[in-house]
Amino acid sequence: MERIVFGDNQFFGVNHMSEEKARAQAMRFQDTAEIIRVLDIAYDSGMTAFMCTTHDRIAEICAHVRANSERYKEFTFYPCMPYAQKYANAVTENGVISALAGMLPRDGAINALFKGGMSIAKRDLAGIGELLIDTEMRMFDGCRTPVVFLQNIVTDLLLGLKLHHLFRVFSDYVMRKHNAEAGFITMNMPMLLDALDEVEIDNPIVCSNINKVGFRMCGGLAAYRHAIANRRFRPVAMSVLASGAVPPREAIEFIAGLRNVESVVFGASTRAHIEQTKGLLDEVFVGNRGNSKSSVSRDQLM
Amino acid sequence: MVRTAIIGLGKMGLSHMSIFSAHPDVEIVAVCDPTKFLVDSLGKFVPVRTYTDYNKLLKNEVLDAVVVATPPKFHSEIVGAALQRSLHVFCEKPFCLDPSEGARLARLARAKGICHQVGYHFRYVGAFKEARKLLNAGVIGRIHNIRAEAYGPVVLRTAGATWRSHKVEGGGCLYDYASHAIDLMGFLVGPPVEVRGTILNTIFSRDVEDEVYSMFLYENGISGQLIANWSDESQRKMSLKVSVWGEKGSLQADRQEIRIYAREASAVTDHKLNKGWNVKYTTDLTEEVWFYLRGEEYSAQTSCFISAITGNSPQTICSNFESAVDTALVTRKLVDDAQGVSAKAPTRRIKKHHLGLVPGARFSIRGSE
Repeated sequence: MERIVFGDNQFFGVNHMSEEKARAQAMRFQDTAEIIRVLDIAYDSGMTAFMCTTHDRIAEICAHVRANSERYKEFTFYPCMPYAQKYANAVTENGVISALAGMLPRDGAINALFKGGMSIAKRDLAGIGELLIDTEMRMFDGCRTPVVFLQNIVTDLLLGLKLHHLFRVFSDYVMRKHNAEAGFITMNMPMLLDALDEVEIDNPIVCSNINKVGFRMCGGLAAYRHAIANRRFRPVAMSVLASGAVPPREAIEFIAGLRNVESVVFGASTRAHIEQTKGLLDEVFVGNRGNSKSSVSRDQLM
Repeated sequence: MVRTAIIGLGKMGLSHMSIFSAHPDVEIVAVCDPTKFLVDSLGKFVPVRTYTDYNKLLKNEVLDAVVVATPPKFHSEIVGAALQRSLHVFCEKPFCLDPSEGARLARLARAKGICHQVGYHFRYVGAFKEARKLLNAGVIGRIHNIRAEAYGPVVLRTAGATWRSHKVEGGGCLYDYASHAIDLMGFLVGPPVEVRGTILNTIFSRDVEDEVYSMFLYENGISGQLIANWSDESQRKMSLKVSVWGEKGSLQADRQEIRIYAREASAVTDHKLNKGWNVKYTTDLTEEVWFYLRGEEYSAQTSCFISAITGNSPQTICSNFESAVDTALVTRKLVDDAQGVSAKAPTRRIKKHHLGLVPGARFSIRGSE
């Protein structure tokens, strides 16, 4: 994976600190052209990888990237699926089974599945999962998607339910069908590593919060440090600023000090923030001199 | 180990199953749901026994606790059956549609000495817990107004096929959304003595209301506004916000942060406040949990329930059957008021000199009167 990956929370009204700020950002980015303008700044500063939820509006970004393939030769998507709120609202409105049915393509296969093919639970759970993956991946047709992530809401639900074999199903299927490596986003990294070991997923890509204050790092900071130092996996760090609780330089120095962290995901919405953070990451994390050494303000999004 | 069964495997049931199952002191031994596909799928891969009839589950299994996460209309029947077997009960909200039935179950639970909890998880959100602490410490002085607002994008068109769109099954914005706001107001200032001007309007739904507005009057002179609307597409997901005004300042809290405006600097116990605005973020207010799914508050409420069981301390649960009955009673008042029933009852006059001076009132005037 690229060492620095651009994230998308800021575009879709996700802010772990402030609902007001989230709303202001949702307003600013309701025009997709504004998202593209910010993505261009990130891309031109050298961040070619964009980690994004399979939000409906990402389809517009994909279309833009496809239509300008020369401009975006290196542009890489890391899709994170599913966009959970879409499912949660549908489940509230229609119930679990109808919501699933509503999300899936209305063709013969799914009708058959819901009519009579429910008897073998193994085939059905995996089969439904595979159909959902295809549905979510459709918007990325013709785009580069070398890694496909399972969102933490699903990873951690399955982790708790002990449906660990579905991690294997996900991993095998995205490789087989979409020629992509699986990634797993989690808020429970040490516990997830045990589950992935159990289903023999070797050297997995695991994206979790990794920050100096232990924010949303279940199992505790010590267990995370131990896992990063000693276990065989590819850690991807998000929320390194802990929603602003840690000053940027200190936050990135902490990540750099962990040695084995493969990539850092960060999101920002202004040129200054993007370039400053990228510069800081280049300097401290990647080891190259960045463009800027100036400090980055606390309100940056991560 | 607390041997636990999950009854009802919808969105909340599956979520509870995941969180309970991840708890180091819990063993999920059985699950029950009428959707055979769901229980079969789980039963095939997870070492639990599966049922489609909860009576059989209760009869066959040796249990310590049950989680009841069915549609609300089944709550009282299932909770009653579990209490007969002296099991600890975690019930999803809203507790019972009929408050008198809820009160009966609350008495029974207390008599049995079991641990009982209702899933009003906002009581476990760091910012709301902090708001309660600050209000109890009197940092904004005598409270005179509270407002709770809940918005979300649940019903955005005329459709809907689940119990949530049927009034008799406990659906609707009142039970689903407004009940959280009512419960949170109760958590912060206690239940109102009277509700007025209640509006339960439909926007898109055929059988249930999509918006709820009401004015609350409290014994100690506080007034309150309840605002709930689950047909608001501008929200990404449910947002619940509470604002409180007092003589010495005001505060606003939501899931992410708490903002306190203090008219004067104060240092009440560990709540040191500067004059003017003070902001505390979720990162500072949230206690670490052993497992995270959807929010720390869900894990925190589970932890609270399990440690109350293992520590034999039902009193440590802050969202129990009794507080849920208070919330159900207010909910019933809203229905009556909206139908004009309460207009027939003599209006209770709130005397001016009672403002903040009622004996036993939760919030007394500090430094005046």
